Amino acid sequence: MNRRDALTAIGSGATLILLPLMSFAGDQDVTDAIKSVFGGKPMRNGRVTLELPKLAETGNSVPLTLSVKSPMSAHDRVLRACIFASRNPRPLIATMTFGPHAGSASFNTNIRLSGTQDVIGIAEMSDHSLWRTQVRVFVTVGACDALQTRY
Amino acid sequence: MLRQGLLGIAVTIWTLQLPTHADNANSQPRSGYSFLSAETRRMQDDDFANPGMLWVEEGRKLWNQPDAPGGKSCQSCHANPEQSMRGTTTHFPRYSAAAGRVINLEQQINRCRVENMKSSPLAYETETLLALTNFISHQAKGMTIDVAVDGPAAPSFERGKESFYMRRGQLNLSCANCHEQHVGGRLHGEPISQGQINGFPIYRQLWQTSGSTHRMFAWCNEAVRAEPYPAGSQEYVDLELFERWRGRGLSVETPAVRR
Amino acid sequence: MANSRIKVPESARVGEAVEIRAMVMHPMENGYNVDTQGTTIPVHIITDFVCRYDGAEVIRVKLEPGLSANPFFSFYLKATKTGAVDFEWVDQDGTVTTAGATLRVG
Repeated sequence: MNRRDALTAIGSGATLILLPLMSFAGDQDVTDAIKSVFGGKPMRNGRVTLELPKLAETGNSVPLTLSVKSPMSAHDRVLRACIFASRNPRPLIATMTFGPHAGSASFNTNIRLSGTQDVIGIAEMSDHSLWRTQVRVFVTVGACDALQTRY
Repeated sequence: MLRQGLLGIAVTIWTLQLPTHADNANSQPRSGYSFLSAETRRMQDDDFANPGMLWVEEGRKLWNQPDAPGGKSCQSCHANPEQSMRGTTTHFPRYSAAAGRVINLEQQINRCRVENMKSSPLAYETETLLALTNFISHQAKGMTIDVAVDGPAAPSFERGKESFYMRRGQLNLSCANCHEQHVGGRLHGEPISQGQINGFPIYRQLWQTSGSTHRMFAWCNEAVRAEPYPAGSQEYVDLELFERWRGRGLSVETPAVRR
Repeated sequence: MANSRIKVPESARVGEAVEIRAMVMHPMENGYNVDTQGTTIPVHIITDFVCRYDGAEVIRVKLEPGLSANPFFSFYLKATKTGAVDFEWVDQDGTVTTAGATLRVG
């Protein structure tokens, strides 16, 4: 390999590393958190939708709607869904279990985000298959470092 | 020649009075609502999803609740709040002859509790006092703020105005430095509003609870590293009066949702 | 019992998915705030929420400190017959808050 080829290889390798968000310790926490809920089971992207603002006004209250495409019949339904925040100090935000009288697998609430990160929604179906989606939210005022003043 | 000279002087005087950026920012009072994102505005406008309504509903319950040891409730004297309290908050703070000074809504409630209900005063930022101020102010939602700053209220108003323009704290900033000179700018990524108080008590996302103007003033003072005045202090009531005058024409939005 | 609010429509058609809303007043202390003395305020949250209707669950939520204070939930219920819709919040200290409304169906 000549010098030009070597430099090209190093350059493209470096680009590939820099493309996703730089890795933080928190990213491993969310992987562990997901594993502790769902085991190491494989997940597929799709069927779950997360609606969140692209830029949160404040990390203290970010509106979120999770919905899962499912007929919600007795034999084909969503059993439960979880919301994770990839860089919150505690990645698991909430777990929703949909009962027999759920009208749809849809849920809206307000969450706390410590900073810019990915919000991950995972749904487990009645056939025990797992589906996931991931949305990036930009946050300027984080929820976990507020209120250091007295008032 | 004389006419041209006089014309020149007149033009100069007129030019000097042209609105500067600061004047433009304040020629029209703007509610903090106009500085919110679409999602937060939706939350404020939704009578169920607005967290401040939790305090309004609690206030509705407290209104009818007799309080020991007098055994009276707000309802005993003021009957139906939708009528008796309609528009009340638009005139507060106001001069009280009985108190001999300008008082705000919290102080009026506590005066009623102590003197008429033979009960005890409520502290600022307690769930009960916030519930009552939220509930009473909410009865005037949509109505125009209209405080009296002349006559016996004039000294309080002048003190409040002086306070608004006075630099303070280690950062040596006055309210006007941000809330007049940098309206529309950003601080830590957040838009700077005019700092109006037409929505108070507000549900503040930062506090994750409802809060009064005095809590807000104390927070702002501490933010510029100035020692805050105590809640209920005359300094803060004077500032409230000036702020309400500054926002005259805006409508009551209680309970507003803010960052 | 904490202060709570619920929104259940007055009536619905059979089989209709109706929006249910629920909110409870609670600070949901996340364990990162400090008091006036500089002491960290420990975690204090509502841990569980459940909505029941016609003898069975509509939804059950396991709450964590990552939810905002005064937790607000909106979800859908499938209307079958006229009956009570019950709400229950459980605080980590064991306090239970309940609320209820009737949904007329048909």
